[in-house]
Amino acid sequence: MYWRNTDYEKRAIMLKPTEPLLQMSNAGIERTGRWLVRGVEFSVAAGEIVTLIGPNGSGKSTTAKMALNILEPDEGSVTRGVGLVVGYVPQKISVDWTLPLTVERFMRLTGKVSKQEAGDAMTETGVLHLQHEEVRTLSGGEFQRVMLARAIARKPDLLVLDEPVQGVDFAGEIELYDLIKRIRDKLTCGVLLISHDLHVVMAATDRVICLNGHVCCQGTPGAVASSDEYRELFGARATSVLAVYEHSHDHTHLPDGTVRHADGSITEHCHPDDGHHHDHVHEHEPDDAGERSQSGRSGNAG
Amino acid sequence: MLDDFFTRALVAGVGVALVAGPLGCFIVWRRLAYFGDTLSHAALLGVALALLFEINITFAVFAVSASVSLALLMLQKRATLSSDALLGLLSHSALALGLVVLAFMTWVRIDLMGFLFGDILSVSRADIAIIYLGGLVVISVLLLIWHPLFAATVNRELAQAENMNPDRANLIFMLLMATIIAISMKIVGVLLITAMLIIPAATARRFAKGPEQMAILAALIGVASVLAGLFGSLKLDTPSGPSIVVAALILFILSLVSAGKHFTTGVDAKRIATGKGPSK
Repeated sequence: MYWRNTDYEKRAIMLKPTEPLLQMSNAGIERTGRWLVRGVEFSVAAGEIVTLIGPNGSGKSTTAKMALNILEPDEGSVTRGVGLVVGYVPQKISVDWTLPLTVERFMRLTGKVSKQEAGDAMTETGVLHLQHEEVRTLSGGEFQRVMLARAIARKPDLLVLDEPVQGVDFAGEIELYDLIKRIRDKLTCGVLLISHDLHVVMAATDRVICLNGHVCCQGTPGAVASSDEYRELFGARATSVLAVYEHSHDHTHLPDGTVRHADGSITEHCHPDDGHHHDHVHEHEPDDAGERSQSGRSGNAG
Repeated sequence: MLDDFFTRALVAGVGVALVAGPLGCFIVWRRLAYFGDTLSHAALLGVALALLFEINITFAVFAVSASVSLALLMLQKRATLSSDALLGLLSHSALALGLVVLAFMTWVRIDLMGFLFGDILSVSRADIAIIYLGGLVVISVLLLIWHPLFAATVNRELAQAENMNPDRANLIFMLLMATIIAISMKIVGVLLITAMLIIPAATARRFAKGPEQMAILAALIGVASVLAGLFGSLKLDTPSGPSIVVAALILFILSLVSAGKHFTTGVDAKRIATGKGPSK
């Protein structure tokens, strides 16, 4: 009877897409007399990508842990939909040598997942060829994709990713956010992203919540990026964001240096004079914000 | 069949090994070897209390070991001392308390060596019944909590976030540890119980491809150690408990020699050959 019940409740979530999957009301965590984060107020609905941004120590991870039921709020409340299936991609997992754990077994870590479902999820994130490897032999990027595959194989209602692009280069970052969007469209799940990265993450997001010990501002990426609180928090780096995040993505830089366009053709470069439509601002330096904003402006002008 | 003391010893030892293997895997995976030592040292206090209040020894040992695990859980939450300091404190104070209480009871004569190093050759039919009933309970409960416990072993936060209730699994696991120590004390003695738990598991690691496989292998390697140890002790006239542990150690060393080749040429060489770098 138990499983029937949860099944029914799960369907109830899907029938009411307007109800939030996750609702945090005035939630806070206190440790040894200090509030790590306080007054957190936001919700995540099905089919929505919400991003938590903020500098180091702003309480992003603490907030995520409250959302995930890892930490109990000392104040306020966190409400999750009844029977909510969560897929969690943590920042890092270290697997000891003593633990014989293959990727294929790791996929079934927290619940029953059929071979077919596991295979589909691994194909989606491009790690199917690693399924017989031991997880401790994977590189950081490979393991990240395996963890993402494991989370989506569960067909979650809510997918939570903690700093998913750590150690991923700029092109890989865009690709990863595209993948997250695709997963959202396919599973119509809610997505909660945690990131300290400002640039690309905002492009991939429906709503941004900017944290600094409390919610300092929230809204669409455009509204947040132009708010005073946000500029104050991130300083000069913030001003470069606007130019970057409102772009339409019409080509991909391939690993060999050539460019694949939206129509499928491949060329040496991505300049407008090679005959393709181009309003895309792109960068090859992963972290120089000043450079990026400059070329961003010139790209828009051209 | 159970009339012969040597047969009874074999049957009892095999029963303990079958349970100790899978449980030992979790001790190895979770780095709890020292915790196992703490619980088994506390067992001596259980023996002393059982004699003092004239209650069943197996039950008293279980009760004391379980209390020590719960005390540890509570002390860890307050966390002013590090975990290993707390374990050392609990372990040696329980052992010392046990010895002192035993010394006070001048009216009981007990074979201290029997409790410290085991007395498998004096196993009775009732002991065998306790080992197999207790063992059956431990294995059944372990099967029930296997998935959440394994998920919690890989990553507690992930297990918690995905609704596996890792804290409940951890608590039950500690009670299972207390049980295995209570039922296996007579076989190898309180000083060597941890060896029966971790050496077969460590040997199994070299051949296992998955956690379930490692648990089964550890049980089988444990059985082999008991058989080799007991027959060895009969032949060479050595103490039986320590002989079982020595047999387990010999199997471990053999696994180093034979699997050493497999291991480095298996995984690492394949990585080098396929051009993938070492893991980060």
